[in-house]
Amino acid sequence: MTTTYREAIREAIRAEMRADDRVFLMGEDVGRYGGCFGVSLGLLEEFGPERIRDTPLSESAFVGAGIGAALGGMRPIVEIMTVNFSLLALDQIVNNAATLLHMSGGQFNVPIVIRMTTGAGRQLAAQHSHSLEGWYAHIPGIRIVAPATLADARGMLATALADPDPVLIFEHGGLYNLEGELAEDAGSVDIETAAIRRPGRDVTVIAYGGTLGRALAAAEHLATDGVEAEVIDLRTLRPLDDVTFLGSVRRTHRAVVVDEGWRSGSLSAEISARITEQAFYDLDAPVARVCSAEVPMPYARHLEEAALPQPQTVIAAVRGMGL
Amino acid sequence: MPSLGADMDHGVLLEWLVNPGDAVHKGDIVAVVDTSKAAVEVECFATGVVEQLLVGPGTRVAVGTILATIATEAAAEPPTSPVAPVPAPITALSAPAVASTAVSPVTSPLVRHLAAERHVELAKVRGTGVGGRVTRADVERSAVGPPPVATPVPPGPSGERRAKVSPLARRLAAELGVDLAHVRASGPGGAIRVEDIRRAASASGPSVPPEPATAGAGTPQRTEAMRAAIAALMARSKREIPHYYLTETVDLGAAVTWLRERNRALPVPQRLVPAVVLLKAAARAAAAVGELNGFWTDDRFVPAADVHLGVAVSLRGGGLVAPAIHNADRLELSALMAALRDLVARTRAGRLRRAEMADPTITVSNLGEQGVESILGVIYPPQVALVGFGRVVERPWAIDGLIGVRPTVTVSLAADHRATDGATGARYLQTLMQLLQRPEEL
Amino acid sequence: MTTAARVASAPPIDRRTHRRDLMRQMLLIRRFEERCVELYSPQQIRGFLHLYNGEEAVATGLMAALTSRDAVVSTYREHGHALARGISAASVMAEMYGRVTGCSRGRGGSMHLFDAATRFYGGNAIVGGGLPLAVGLALADRMAGRPVVTACFFGDGAVAEGEFHECLNLAALWQLPVLFCCENNLYAMGTAVERAQASTDLTGRAASYGLTAVGVDGMDVEAVEADAHAAVESVRAGHGPYFLELRTYRFRAHSMYDPDRYRDKAEIAKWRERDPIDLLEARMRAADELTDADMATLDGEVTAEIEAAVTAAESAPLEPIEDLTRYVYSEVPR
Repeated sequence: MTTTYREAIREAIRAEMRADDRVFLMGEDVGRYGGCFGVSLGLLEEFGPERIRDTPLSESAFVGAGIGAALGGMRPIVEIMTVNFSLLALDQIVNNAATLLHMSGGQFNVPIVIRMTTGAGRQLAAQHSHSLEGWYAHIPGIRIVAPATLADARGMLATALADPDPVLIFEHGGLYNLEGELAEDAGSVDIETAAIRRPGRDVTVIAYGGTLGRALAAAEHLATDGVEAEVIDLRTLRPLDDVTFLGSVRRTHRAVVVDEGWRSGSLSAEISARITEQAFYDLDAPVARVCSAEVPMPYARHLEEAALPQPQTVIAAVRGMGL
Repeated sequence: MPSLGADMDHGVLLEWLVNPGDAVHKGDIVAVVDTSKAAVEVECFATGVVEQLLVGPGTRVAVGTILATIATEAAAEPPTSPVAPVPAPITALSAPAVASTAVSPVTSPLVRHLAAERHVELAKVRGTGVGGRVTRADVERSAVGPPPVATPVPPGPSGERRAKVSPLARRLAAELGVDLAHVRASGPGGAIRVEDIRRAASASGPSVPPEPATAGAGTPQRTEAMRAAIAALMARSKREIPHYYLTETVDLGAAVTWLRERNRALPVPQRLVPAVVLLKAAARAAAAVGELNGFWTDDRFVPAADVHLGVAVSLRGGGLVAPAIHNADRLELSALMAALRDLVARTRAGRLRRAEMADPTITVSNLGEQGVESILGVIYPPQVALVGFGRVVERPWAIDGLIGVRPTVTVSLAADHRATDGATGARYLQTLMQLLQRPEEL
Repeated sequence: MTTAARVASAPPIDRRTHRRDLMRQMLLIRRFEERCVELYSPQQIRGFLHLYNGEEAVATGLMAALTSRDAVVSTYREHGHALARGISAASVMAEMYGRVTGCSRGRGGSMHLFDAATRFYGGNAIVGGGLPLAVGLALADRMAGRPVVTACFFGDGAVAEGEFHECLNLAALWQLPVLFCCENNLYAMGTAVERAQASTDLTGRAASYGLTAVGVDGMDVEAVEADAHAAVESVRAGHGPYFLELRTYRFRAHSMYDPDRYRDKAEIAKWRERDPIDLLEARMRAADELTDADMATLDGEVTAEIEAAVTAAESAPLEPIEDLTRYVYSEVPR
């Protein structure tokens, strides 16, 4: 059936809530408003206000409450409107969700799912355009996933809810309108492996979430010149499925990492390090990175476009390797 | 000296509030101690009479040092001195305790380093810093002459500037024995890349190409027929032969080094590829462990007199042929190399002799160039063994108790369990491994 | 709104026995904390150590009003809460020694005591960090229809954190069964409450969020217990969250390493006159419910219990280094 990324997520939430009474959705404007990005439209009518809970603007309190509810036996889906506001709940996420299992010597696990919208591209300026999933991927104790396809938007949530530990799902804001075909009975997918979205032999292009589409567009263009790029969708940012991308680099001998975060100290730096550590003798060129420019996201459209990774910059990076 | 905080290593005893002979009770304040942050009162945990004050006012001691002794009355009282402290962290142990009351000015590591660089004797420098400390400016002033110009990185042992070579290219160059000094770079920034190595290697003459030959060996119908034949043979093998498998990861450090040395002195066309060393070793091991060199016919094993080593050659259109190099165990390495090259070329051109097809007594399948680490193969009946070599992989390796990195290869043996047992197979692999440790004797 | 005369709904059958239990509990906490001081100086206990001397009546009285099904969320000054809740002295001491037999397997230390059996959810080193957890635990109970109370401890310092305000609002908005217990010992580390709060009427301000708020004499263990009972009953009956301001004082400095320069020694001496242990002792002696021998017996018992805990901790095993990276993710098949 034809559907959108947004609808796929909604269907996932609906299916999980129907299947398990312990699951509930909590966040700002998820109920009456139908969700800031329209993801939860209609769910309040179906499940009622106890299970589709509108919260006040209290990120720290409601994220912490989600953690507490998970400790108390529920399976909450906490929606933080965007990753930009998650900074207000950083203490609860990093000092409680990620650490309770460890601090308690294994007694208390936290089966919480936190969904956040991330990314730039709609001229929302500096405070509303962050991509901090790479930052979160730094923290032991939580899992980070980034669905980039309809199947993943539909299927990752169930697996995340079944996980006994915290899972953070980053949905790129530019993907909600993504339309395509999805099987009627599309079900849960794993959250442990990266996927090769386009096989190739000349260079490995590693992307995730919002940058996957741009990487694929770049690959299409490169193919017309006879350069076959292998495009990998990371899917899970912590833990990273490095077996997949290392295997690819060992075959193609070249790697480009496309990451919407700023390059310094980013997830792309981690991936580069792993390639250098484990596939050094298979490299025919240094690892290249295409990241956002090191500047708070500007409002003006041409500046924002220039700041973000684009298909052209990915192509340029591949060309820069002499291909 | 009590620990009064997570980050306290030392303290200075400022003042005693009791004297020897005074009676004290648990909880009494007996001294004042200066930590880096503030002066703090110290209580004692015993009830009794003060015996001896061991540390004088103004003394800086490490946490855990006994400051005084208290004579207690009954055994039921809590211990007078603190429980033996947990060993102090390494940093505290290595930091010298300043015992005397005259405190000499401390110089910072930066200043010491600068003094060493500028050949300045710190003891002779008058310090103008706080407490008489020697500062950078003091050292600069004392130094004679201009500061040394930063010297450029000295050239390498052979005098040339280090070439920019990709790790993959470097590896391939070593394998093929290509001299980097004679390779023209085509990569960005003047870097030598894999294609440059390949170009240099093929320009000097045909070596065993890792890629399948561009000239196709067969027409589509021929390929199809061959496929069918292979299918039948493989199926029969798996049906009839009870295979057992053994693998061993072998340190190729000695072989690679020896090969590199030997190739250095040879012009490129004559250089040996690593595959030849492996084949020779496999052949000699087969000669030594004859139970694996022969045929299974009429329900029994018939050993072969000679070792005719079958070499699996992949064909352009798909398909595999494994013709024999006769007497491979007795051929000189360069002769074996020439024979291999010749055989591969004729195989791919479809010009094999009948004997070469019928005679192999044991076969080697070298799939290392196709990038797999190890293979577990299918024996070609009526042979009773198949030896597989994976690609050369750099691995961490323990040598005399130390960890190093060595080039290794995983060798696998598929053998017919009707003819031999695991012990025989293991003996073969051990022999092979030992031969590879002494490549100069191959 | 102090309530020394407020009557508990179910007076203990035998007051003398009950008072002795309260006394023993407070003595256990006091002696435990004193022992920790002795062990910290020779570095048997490391890191931060926040002692509860002077506040024993709060933990003792509060825990006496909770049932085993209720939940407790605490702070870094939690030894008293842990012991009063029923975590053994041995378990807590072993945790302080960093041994694998500690209640958190040595992974937490003084500030992160956890115990699933007694529903003790830590131990939080971030001021105010536990309030959202308590709100969440209560949310789960409400959604599941369980008549359970979550008691959440925090200090006067936490009242300055945004989390305090977010959580009182949220709990009152959703009518969650949280008992907010503010231990106002007048100082947030080195900052006196009047230097941190524009209005020091913490009870009044809590009430402004739409929940019942009551101030309590935190040095009188029976007053604490009585008010705690009333609060717990109210919460359990579904009347929404409740706030108790327990006015108390810590006799020792904020932590082991604190020169305590910000407090007047005269002030400390004045509060020591209302030492909760002395208060109860005086009351019991006046009613002929306690003799010197009784006190000696109780003191001896708790001291022996603590010494046994120390001995056990000293020889308990450490978690093997090979297990360092355990407990980052749950160890279940996925």
